[in-house]
Amino acid sequence: MTFDDLHLGSILVSTVRNAPVLIFAGMAGLFAERSGVIDIGLEGKILASAFVSAAVAYITQNPWNGIAAGMLVSVLLATLQAYVAITQKGNQLVAGIAINIAMSGLTFVVAQYIFQQGGRTPDIGQARLFDVVLPGTAAIADVPFIGWVYAHLIGGHSVLVYLAFALVPLVHWLLYHTRFGLRLRACGENPHAADAAGVNVARQRYTTMIVAGVLCSFSGAYLSIVQSGFFLRDMSAGAGYLALTAMVFGNWRPVYTFLGCLMFGFFAAVQIQIEGVELPVIGRLPGSLIQMVPYVVTVIVLAGLMAKSVAPKALGAPFVKSR
Amino acid sequence: MNNQDLPRWATAFVMPLLNLLSALLVAALVIHLLGESPTESMAILINSAIVNPEGLSYTLFYASTFIFTGLAVSIAMQAGLFNIGAEGQMYLGGLGLTLAMLAFDGSLSPWALIPIGVVSAGLFGALWAFLPGYLQAKRGSHVVVTTIMFNYIAGSLMNTIIVKLVPDGEQNPASRLFTEAAELPRLSQWFPILGETPLNISFFLAILALVIYGVMVSRSSWGFKLRATGLNKHAAHYAGIRISKMIIIVMMISGALAGLGAVNSIMGSTHYLSLNFVGGAGFVGIAIALMGRQHPVGIFLSAVLFGALIQGGFDLSLEKQNIPPETFIFIQGLIILFCGAMENFYAPAIARLLKLKK
Repeated sequence: MTFDDLHLGSILVSTVRNAPVLIFAGMAGLFAERSGVIDIGLEGKILASAFVSAAVAYITQNPWNGIAAGMLVSVLLATLQAYVAITQKGNQLVAGIAINIAMSGLTFVVAQYIFQQGGRTPDIGQARLFDVVLPGTAAIADVPFIGWVYAHLIGGHSVLVYLAFALVPLVHWLLYHTRFGLRLRACGENPHAADAAGVNVARQRYTTMIVAGVLCSFSGAYLSIVQSGFFLRDMSAGAGYLALTAMVFGNWRPVYTFLGCLMFGFFAAVQIQIEGVELPVIGRLPGSLIQMVPYVVTVIVLAGLMAKSVAPKALGAPFVKSR
Repeated sequence: MNNQDLPRWATAFVMPLLNLLSALLVAALVIHLLGESPTESMAILINSAIVNPEGLSYTLFYASTFIFTGLAVSIAMQAGLFNIGAEGQMYLGGLGLTLAMLAFDGSLSPWALIPIGVVSAGLFGALWAFLPGYLQAKRGSHVVVTTIMFNYIAGSLMNTIIVKLVPDGEQNPASRLFTEAAELPRLSQWFPILGETPLNISFFLAILALVIYGVMVSRSSWGFKLRATGLNKHAAHYAGIRISKMIIIVMMISGALAGLGAVNSIMGSTHYLSLNFVGGAGFVGIAIALMGRQHPVGIFLSAVLFGALIQGGFDLSLEKQNIPPETFIFIQGLIILFCGAMENFYAPAIARLLKLKK
């Protein structure tokens, strides 16, 4: 086996391309959970915005309309979650699971109703988001290695990929260096103290959930109008849960969460590349076993064998104002 | 808002009913938007799932599986654990049962095969739930996320294993058919009016499980410890209950119950193991546990309701093109939302009404 057999280059490129789905959702989950609301409904919001983005992008033949529509739906779902968690003081886990299951059914039904193609949307063709070609790519294309890195690893992705990577420092700054972030974290750690200091806990959590809804919608839009070019039934395939796990792995911190997302993106890339390749000692692995890798890694991470995680103290507890 | 101020009839009957009606109302609205008539759909659904004896028989057949998955989710909930892994546990239960049948169905009599099938299905389900339970108890890994991961792992694992079980010359990803000795007796043998349906003796097994669950949870000292763990872990620990042991045992019982769901689907109906035979029954179990409020009678009624929705929904999808069976996945989500997450939605309104009366 040589180095080339593993296609390290394409693994790196697909890592960069796989990660945004998880990064957007991971940052959304991070916002929600740092403010004290468990967000297990990421999966459903990704699926809903993936469908709506693809459908609207196809009908209007414009990716930006698709992204905007996906955002609207994701925000509506996030508001519903916030209503259950904050106003109703209901069980946040149950609400999230309910949204995931309901969206898995509803996206199929509506897609089937509109397009009659077995629950998928037609290929959106021209309305797919174009890949950015960085200036000067052609000029240094002949330089060995650097030319390839610049053209394929750094350049040659869609705008959403860059947005995802830019989001990480932005979220870090917002959480740790602004008043909004301080209040947000206070609501997640000790809402009573925040309340005593004059923060409107309910309003802060609602706002945060809406921001999280916006972020999550990019994840869905990326899946359908950048990666695949159409919507497919249950196409999120657990991305919401993986993003949540990346967040737990990252100890509810933006940069570590980002690293977790990259790790899962890497495993997904390896899985595709390694299929059918003869490995030393082990031999050829069946694809379905490799499929399992990210989930097994997740369990190992959750078992605390890699990092000890500390959740926000008030996570999942409805806030009842003290008298 | 405190629903302990409300009388028991309000919290146990009126509120779940109002929640269910709200979920169905939203569903009716969606069906209306899809261009079909909700009342006509409802009539077709009730007729084909309950009025028609053959349909009713199918309804009870589906309900037998759902009772097991509903019980699986419920018993975990009693201990404050949210087991989303019933889907994978039932899948593995099906594997255990199939391995046992493939090994013994040529030599043993039905009297031996049926108990062996039941035990191996339960055992495999319990083992699949052991690790999430252990990790929750000893390492504090949240059982919600680990069981979701175990569902995905079960899916990939079965994709790998089932290839080895396919008989030579077959293309379908499924095991060989069991011999007749491994088939559960069908109720239509004794009640011909039920028609040629797969309703079988595992329906009685499900009822038995409901009774045992009811007695164990609310009438035994173990059940008291179980509920104490769910209500207040710290108090339970202080009272001398070993929390981590309790969590592991409850998760294994939960997994075993989910695994037993496979007995009805495989030994009672298909007689072979196929890919994705669970088909969402584990998730239906979540809705049933929430709607039935983890009470045996509630679980039974909700399981029958979901059985009717599946059976009636299937017939409905044949008549109404715009209402595919997936509509009922959506309705299931709505029921979980209204009966689970927003269970106290109507409490303030009812409290106000009762005060007016006084």
